Amino acid sequence: MTTTTLSAEPAASPPAVPSERQLILRAFRQDKLAMLGVLVIVFFVLTSIFAPLLTPYPAQGAGAPNIIEKFKAPGAEHPLGTDYLGRDVLARIFYGGRSSLTTGFLVVFLAVLIGAPLGAIAGYFGGRVDDVIMRITDVFLSFPPLLLAIAIATALGSGFVNTMIAIAITWWPWYTRLVRAQTVSLRERYFIEAARSIGVPSFKIIATHILPNVLTPILVQGTMDLGSAILTGAAINFIGLGVQPPQADWGNMISQGRIYFMERPWFAGSAGVAIFLVVLSFNLIGDALRDAADPRTRRGEA
Amino acid sequence: MSQALLSIENLSVRFKTYAGTIHAVNSMSFDVRPGEIFGLVGESGCGKSVTGLAVVRTLPGSGRISGGRILFHGEDLAAKSEAEMQAIRGRRIAMVFQDPTASLNPVFTIGQQIDHIIRHHTGDNHETARRKALEWFNAVALPDPQAVYDTYPHRLSGGMQQRVMIAMALCSGAELLIADEPTTALDVTIQAQILELLVKLRDQQGISILLITHNLGVVAETCERVAVAYAGQIVETGPTSAVLARRLHPYTEGLLAALPTAVQKGQTLQPIAGQVPDGLQPIAGCPFHPRCSKALPVCAQVNPALLPVEHADHLTACHLYTEAAA
Amino acid sequence: MSEPLLIETRNLCKHFSAGGWLGGGKRVVRALDNVNLSIQRQETLGVVGESGCGKTTLGRVLLRLIEPTAGQILFEGRDIVPLKGEDLRRQARDMQIVFQNPYSSFDPRFSVRMSLAEPLQTHQGLQGAALEERASELLTQVGMPVDTLSRYPHEFSGGQLQRIAVARALALNPKFIVLDEPTSALDVSVQAQILNLLQDLQQRLNLTYLFISHDLSVVEYISSRIAVMYLGKVVELLPTALVSAGQAQHPYTQALLSAIPEVSAERRHKRTLLPKSVFEGKAQTGGCSFAPRCPFAMDVCRTVEPPLLELEAGHLSACHLANEME
Repeated sequence: MTTTTLSAEPAASPPAVPSERQLILRAFRQDKLAMLGVLVIVFFVLTSIFAPLLTPYPAQGAGAPNIIEKFKAPGAEHPLGTDYLGRDVLARIFYGGRSSLTTGFLVVFLAVLIGAPLGAIAGYFGGRVDDVIMRITDVFLSFPPLLLAIAIATALGSGFVNTMIAIAITWWPWYTRLVRAQTVSLRERYFIEAARSIGVPSFKIIATHILPNVLTPILVQGTMDLGSAILTGAAINFIGLGVQPPQADWGNMISQGRIYFMERPWFAGSAGVAIFLVVLSFNLIGDALRDAADPRTRRGEA
Repeated sequence: MSQALLSIENLSVRFKTYAGTIHAVNSMSFDVRPGEIFGLVGESGCGKSVTGLAVVRTLPGSGRISGGRILFHGEDLAAKSEAEMQAIRGRRIAMVFQDPTASLNPVFTIGQQIDHIIRHHTGDNHETARRKALEWFNAVALPDPQAVYDTYPHRLSGGMQQRVMIAMALCSGAELLIADEPTTALDVTIQAQILELLVKLRDQQGISILLITHNLGVVAETCERVAVAYAGQIVETGPTSAVLARRLHPYTEGLLAALPTAVQKGQTLQPIAGQVPDGLQPIAGCPFHPRCSKALPVCAQVNPALLPVEHADHLTACHLYTEAAA
Repeated sequence: MSEPLLIETRNLCKHFSAGGWLGGGKRVVRALDNVNLSIQRQETLGVVGESGCGKTTLGRVLLRLIEPTAGQILFEGRDIVPLKGEDLRRQARDMQIVFQNPYSSFDPRFSVRMSLAEPLQTHQGLQGAALEERASELLTQVGMPVDTLSRYPHEFSGGQLQRIAVARALALNPKFIVLDEPTSALDVSVQAQILNLLQDLQQRLNLTYLFISHDLSVVEYISSRIAVMYLGKVVELLPTALVSAGQAQHPYTQALLSAIPEVSAERRHKRTLLPKSVFEGKAQTGGCSFAPRCPFAMDVCRTVEPPLLELEAGHLSACHLANEME
């Protein structure tokens, strides 16, 4: 009796309705500025990776001085001129990108790695666990971020890795808060209750259901944070902690070029422009991602 | 036959989405007469809500009227500019929606909100506006109008909020109220109160109501005339008693037969095979034919026109009747 | 296992505390207030009521998704309230739930295969071919094609997705399924399909259902007995046949029945319009919680809470009026 009714359901596959992810990507690609931003980032990433091959002055990029040619203005042989030690500025920019970009990506990555699971645990379990985690988070959030990073960097000592750890430690609380808020609203969704009713252990629910579903807001926030992380890294390197010369970094390039800036702006200026372009690009990408991710602000949605 | 207050003529509305163009409304036609409650009934995807929004020209996102006319007192609303529509919205045609909580601003009192509306439309001073507001609160049977005026939306129950919404909709003198699923979010006992209120407003104030709903019981008890919508078209329209009794169109019949109250306890229910079309892929011929047990070969090729059957006032779009007449 | 009673609740309570901040009094919301119910094997007990009646909470408390504040829940004679850890997990196999909104019931990132795998892997450790086979079997049982497995929830209509939800609920061969408004979000024609499916499965797999809904006509169709809840209490419990015969006794049940808009005139009851709404009519001290809105309220109703007493075989009511007439 009911078999006839049931087989009336069409067995043919329904027309391909795009998934959420596809819709987000499509809306994102429509944002011209964001796509430009992606190009800029790709450019800097590639030039950083392939720096030794792209510049005729790899040694100078890495730090070798070339005093004879110091303070050369931008010209045919050195498109962006040379710095106070005669090193080709363009090469320094490429090599500096390695430090700055890596700082940005790794800091955000570490912050998410620490902060997201904590936020999910706090949000999912609530109660005492939530209180403890959020109070610790509040403590960290109370410090001015840059000062805290500087303090930790000073304590850990100078160096590239220590800088990244210092910044990551100041950054994770934001992700904890973000993920906790998302988790609290996700917790009420029926599929979480369904998993509980099946008897799936809590940590499995957090790992397989909660975290993957908060990926989008994390991605959006993370992209925008990349710019800020790079700026923070540049600031720390600027004051002399972190990356030490002769290793190239956009922050310490500005620092070292500061005193010469009025007459010979090209090496501090180039580094500043590089930071500006990269941070702007990440912001544009992040903005576009955020608008694309929210169905209400997404372009072209019915 | 009385002159129609609102006449929808072959209205088409489309939305452009990433998945393609959705033809939400596809040549829909019906009239609402003065002083009546007209039911526009259908399941999800039939285009009833979109039609309501199209009348007041507040289609969301990429929605566009792609054809047809919306005649209100003979004037085509589809051709009007935004400025002209602003003079009509609220003052001559008003709308209430399903969720009153979403329509009320939580940071202002009810009084502040309705005051704003009245004064926007009539230019009255605060005292006059307040008096009118309280009169309307009485008209919608709110138990303590003064208290409601001074309170914030979240303190009111869903039923009271909906009454406030109806008052706000009608306070500027609208003669046509479009109510889109006004009671769906409410408890059934409250629903009964709101429906009774709508009938009272029709009787005492002569307000015409276009009642959009998926609930056939609501239509049966409240509406004089009804139009049954499917896939953006009207498949049957006429006096409610006639439509429900005669069930000319196979979809109307299927819909009524699928109700739990249509069978005896213990018998299997009679669903309509298949599912509602999503509006993306146009269906050749009659949109219902893939699910219709009485489909004829012509149904797959030609979309039947909405024509009177037996009675000038009872129309249906079905080849079964034109074939029989031929 | 010839014990006829599958589930029994004794004085089941669930209190939520709200407020208590910054000088405001701590309010206790009695979502469930001494609920005593029993469900026979292979029967369908329908639970109806409006906002705040506790029916949704009841379904979840039975499954321990929400922890009860007090009382016992006996499953096949054993109290499951104190169960923890592994014991509780094992108990989950016998009791499952289907929710109102099929789209919300599935992780949008999980394919159907992964969603069905979840219970199968958690309890039976099924992998690979065995998993595939069992998942396919479940889909066939609910009338979905096997290629559904690779698809994602957003690709399906509400009715199809709800079938998959039923398939998931059947994965562990439960004895008891809580159906929490399973058809409320679906169109009428699809609702009929799902109800037919549920009945068919009940017969074939010897299932017991708790069917929660605000739609009395659906509950009447599918249930053998109906429990009417109001503000956390069961106010009437009776066989469905009595409801259909118009022999509901409690004034609230009568008001509820009379409020349902009906398509056919024969089914319409004279409407008892209740004053106010649930929220405005909460009894403050003692007495029957329905007294503020009851058209028949007597003095005793405002001071003494009526006990749930048996009027005749299988028909219980919590009403002083009924007791008076005894």
